[in-house]
Amino acid sequence: MKLETEYRTIGKVSGPLLVVNAVKNAGYGEITRIRLESGEERLGQVIESADTYAIVQVFGPTSGISIKSTSVSFIGETFKLGVGEEMLGRVFDGQGRPKDTKAAFAVEKERDINGEPMNPVARRMPSDFIQTGVSSIDGLMTLVRGQKLPIFSSSGLPHNRLAAQIARQARVLGSSESFAVVFAGIGITYDDASFFIDNFRRTGALKRTVAFMNLADDPSIERILTPRLALTTAEFLAYDKGMHVLVMLTDMTNYAEALRELASAREEVPGRRGYPGYMYTDLASIYERAGIAEGRKGSITQLNIVTMPGDDVTHPIPDLTGYITEGQIFMSRELNNKGLYPPVNPLGSLSRLMNNGIGEGKTREDHRGVADQLYGAYARAQESRNLSAIIGVEALSEADRLYLKFGDAFESKFLKQGEYEDRSIEKTLDIGWELLSDLPENELTRIKREHIERHHLKYRGTRKTEGAKEEVEKKTGEEKKAEKKAKEGEKEAKKGEKAHRGKGRK
Amino acid sequence: MGKIERISGPLVVAKEMLGSSMYDVVRVGTAKLIGEIIKLEGEKAVIQVYEDTSGVRPGETVISTGKPLSVELGPGILSQIFDGVQRPLDLIKAKSGTFIKRGSEVSAVDRRKKWQFHADKKATKGTRVSEGTILGYVEETPLIKHYIMVPQGVSGKIQSIKAGKFSVEETIAVVRTARGLAKISMLQRRPVRQASKYAEKIAAEVPLITGQRIIDTLFPVAKGGTAGIPGPFGSGKTVMQQSLAKYSDANIVVYVGCGERGNEMTDVLTEFPELTDPTTGRPLMERTVLIANTSNMPVAAREASIYTGITIAEYFRDMGYNVALMADSTSRWAEAMREISTRLEEMPGEEGYPAYLPKRVAEFYERAGRVKTLGGGMGSVTVVGAVSPPGGDLSEPVSQSTLRVVKTFWALDAALASSRHFPAINWLTSYSLYTLALQKWYDDNIGEDFTANRTKAQALLQKEAELKDIVQLVGEDALPDTERALLSVGRMIRESFLRQSAFDPVDAFTSLKKQNLMLGTMLRFGDKAREAAEKGVSAENSMGLEVVKKISRMKELAEDKVDDESKKINEEIDSQFKKLIAEHGLEEEEVKA
Repeated sequence: MKLETEYRTIGKVSGPLLVVNAVKNAGYGEITRIRLESGEERLGQVIESADTYAIVQVFGPTSGISIKSTSVSFIGETFKLGVGEEMLGRVFDGQGRPKDTKAAFAVEKERDINGEPMNPVARRMPSDFIQTGVSSIDGLMTLVRGQKLPIFSSSGLPHNRLAAQIARQARVLGSSESFAVVFAGIGITYDDASFFIDNFRRTGALKRTVAFMNLADDPSIERILTPRLALTTAEFLAYDKGMHVLVMLTDMTNYAEALRELASAREEVPGRRGYPGYMYTDLASIYERAGIAEGRKGSITQLNIVTMPGDDVTHPIPDLTGYITEGQIFMSRELNNKGLYPPVNPLGSLSRLMNNGIGEGKTREDHRGVADQLYGAYARAQESRNLSAIIGVEALSEADRLYLKFGDAFESKFLKQGEYEDRSIEKTLDIGWELLSDLPENELTRIKREHIERHHLKYRGTRKTEGAKEEVEKKTGEEKKAEKKAKEGEKEAKKGEKAHRGKGRK
Repeated sequence: MGKIERISGPLVVAKEMLGSSMYDVVRVGTAKLIGEIIKLEGEKAVIQVYEDTSGVRPGETVISTGKPLSVELGPGILSQIFDGVQRPLDLIKAKSGTFIKRGSEVSAVDRRKKWQFHADKKATKGTRVSEGTILGYVEETPLIKHYIMVPQGVSGKIQSIKAGKFSVEETIAVVRTARGLAKISMLQRRPVRQASKYAEKIAAEVPLITGQRIIDTLFPVAKGGTAGIPGPFGSGKTVMQQSLAKYSDANIVVYVGCGERGNEMTDVLTEFPELTDPTTGRPLMERTVLIANTSNMPVAAREASIYTGITIAEYFRDMGYNVALMADSTSRWAEAMREISTRLEEMPGEEGYPAYLPKRVAEFYERAGRVKTLGGGMGSVTVVGAVSPPGGDLSEPVSQSTLRVVKTFWALDAALASSRHFPAINWLTSYSLYTLALQKWYDDNIGEDFTANRTKAQALLQKEAELKDIVQLVGEDALPDTERALLSVGRMIRESFLRQSAFDPVDAFTSLKKQNLMLGTMLRFGDKAREAAEKGVSAENSMGLEVVKKISRMKELAEDKVDDESKKINEEIDSQFKKLIAEHGLEEEEVKA
């Protein structure tokens, strides 16, 4: 074992940084133990090492650190996390220490939390469709296994509810492989944290979940660690244990702000809006840890939440995120104000891997066409709306009025759905056809002729045979069941909320 | 040999480095990480390290190789995928598994594989040769002959040359030079930061045919030209770059994935081997070199990857090939430059970028061009660079530096992308400065109507945009029928000509001939609709004609049927309008009145 030397040579404390003098050979990125006079220990990491000094970034508050009596020792290693399957069902703090009980778990491996970049040659292209049961997502911005698809939201929007709904309903059709959820709360409030934990508990997902919680009043520098701990755990579960892991990091905006805080403490030249110039690289080192590896069983799918400061998608945080992630689910305040849940605006949303996960054999052969046509028609409906705001509905051309009607129906029938309503992909596409069938047929230029003939209500109506009728009846039966289930779910949710409120009062 | 004094991220300062020179490659620390000297100060050297420096300590040794950062060139580099400093990723995978470990030492070109070398008929004993002279070739893939050239700094008379099976390091020829005998193998090295030599640059006069309608017809790029694609995220830069890599008629494609997504590179890797070259039917991979430095791979290697790519492109150009280099995205390259510059504590220019950013960007694009090679042939390097402006704001330094040097500008538009109009190239703000230079080629090879059609279509789209502004205010009903007809034709061109699906097998590539026929047909329809409107036929009636559907589905026509079909469609246009005017048109007197 390596002997640890204790240095009592702190020369400067500035923000979260310590300059430790007379340190000979600290490794770059090495972990340090900072021992206060009171005996309390804090962790730190070397962010610059020279032959006479080392700069250490403290994970935690710097209160109580004194130049005279605080000592720093270097443990000779970079940050490693002990991981094991028994982490499932447990809650950890932002530095990876058990938070629920003090009980230890069996550590199977020690892993560097920064991970290593996956060789692009060793990646497998994500192509398994994940049905989230949410029409807007499944239909128009399809999530596939191994993708990183963040939710771009803003304060006051129900992104937590949507994220929880997706976590609850997400499944790969016709597969019963083992899955896990790794959740990292980064600088979120106690309320938000317990909303997720309650939700996982109620649906029984908690025992398949590992949670890391850095709450709003925890040290912000710790936020640099939290997502990396979560991803290190996820990589272990995915690539060593063969699980399909859904990682939820929320809120990445808090992470980026911690990064900025650190950069300014280091007196670095700031980039846009004070964020460091390497923020792209840094965010990529988190987002790029999603994926599927050739020859290994598991996968990592990331569904992170990014709140856009001031609803501004060009703000550096959502902007850089969008350049790295494979699309985004865009939440709109306007739709939310209309009382529409989930307020996902398809026009700002995108899934770059959608084409790999849809089509014949995966969802349905008409999926691409229907999605394109719905997008196009909804975009056109927006134009018509703008126009009618200026010249009034009366002065609109017939086509514009038709699209206006389409836009409203699209929002109320397709986008809108219950929080506990789990729609199958067939149902989603059928709703799409129902809406498209109200448009003139020659407007449907984005759908293949053969698909129009197969799915358009006009053709389906005339072609309905005995068999088809039965199918329809069967479907309505299933739908009824689904509705019943949804209602039950809502009841449960209310119960859960009550329980939660009760706890709050105590 | 020196010692590490300080480490900060990818930057390492080493002392006792006297005697090493700028841009020398060094091995850093016990892990032997690859680095490059970027600054010298007395006996100290500042090194940018191409790998993660975690765990590196002051006091560890630094060894200089005494050579600048170079790429290895020879048979075996086609259909390869390299990282930013030309290490084959599949060899790294074989060595270290799914994840990339540091300090992997693998050579870029396979040393053991034997290649059949065919000596050139003209390269016989006694022939005078100099740098760039072609000595023979290896059939590296069924698609590409890999010519073996006399390397840099060698000139003289051939002493001996032999055909046969050789590995890349074996001698294939001996040249008697002024300084003695020089052994020549099939492997050569070129420093990446230096443009390769050529005899002379020649003006661009042949288009790079991409099969993308909006590019080929409206905003073409010449072989040996430069193009920039700036656009916000989600506007389809990468899909565009990939379409160009797949369908452009270059002989060789070098695709540099610089700081982009890992899954995108995987997509390219899984897709390219399955795609076939339209003219030869061989897998596209056989003419492709991929360089992947994804966003989570070390930042300094990202800075190098662009240079690695262009040096490989120049090498194939020197063999007489037309090479297309796609760089996606140059913004990540610039950001890597910024990151290093920040760590060097250099005085920042705009937005923290170093003051030398515009110079570096210009130097890079200047390495494109159509040239007479040293070997006497003709070759070209076309550079298409994607730019990812933060927030889609083109006034930022990387976009601005790029726009100043590139001659074709494909402006990707967020609004178009969000209504799923792809390629989301804005037809009003994009431009190409090559149209004049290429006109003769179009006249000779496609038809004289090609340029005329383009001019007409652009004018029509411009007019349409103006009319749309008016419509915003007064509604479409307030416009006269002629203008409403123009709006409809504008929409037809946008929807059925400019829009193109990269994922539909037929639609993804359109030949120039078909493009011309499609646009010609639409413009003819436009003329007729206008004529009809003047005779009192409403725009609705014109657009309701049976032939409209056929026109809007012309893109689905197979290439071999397009001649006959378009003739038929044009005849239908004439006959249907004739009928329409007869039924709904006003009498001549009424029109005059």
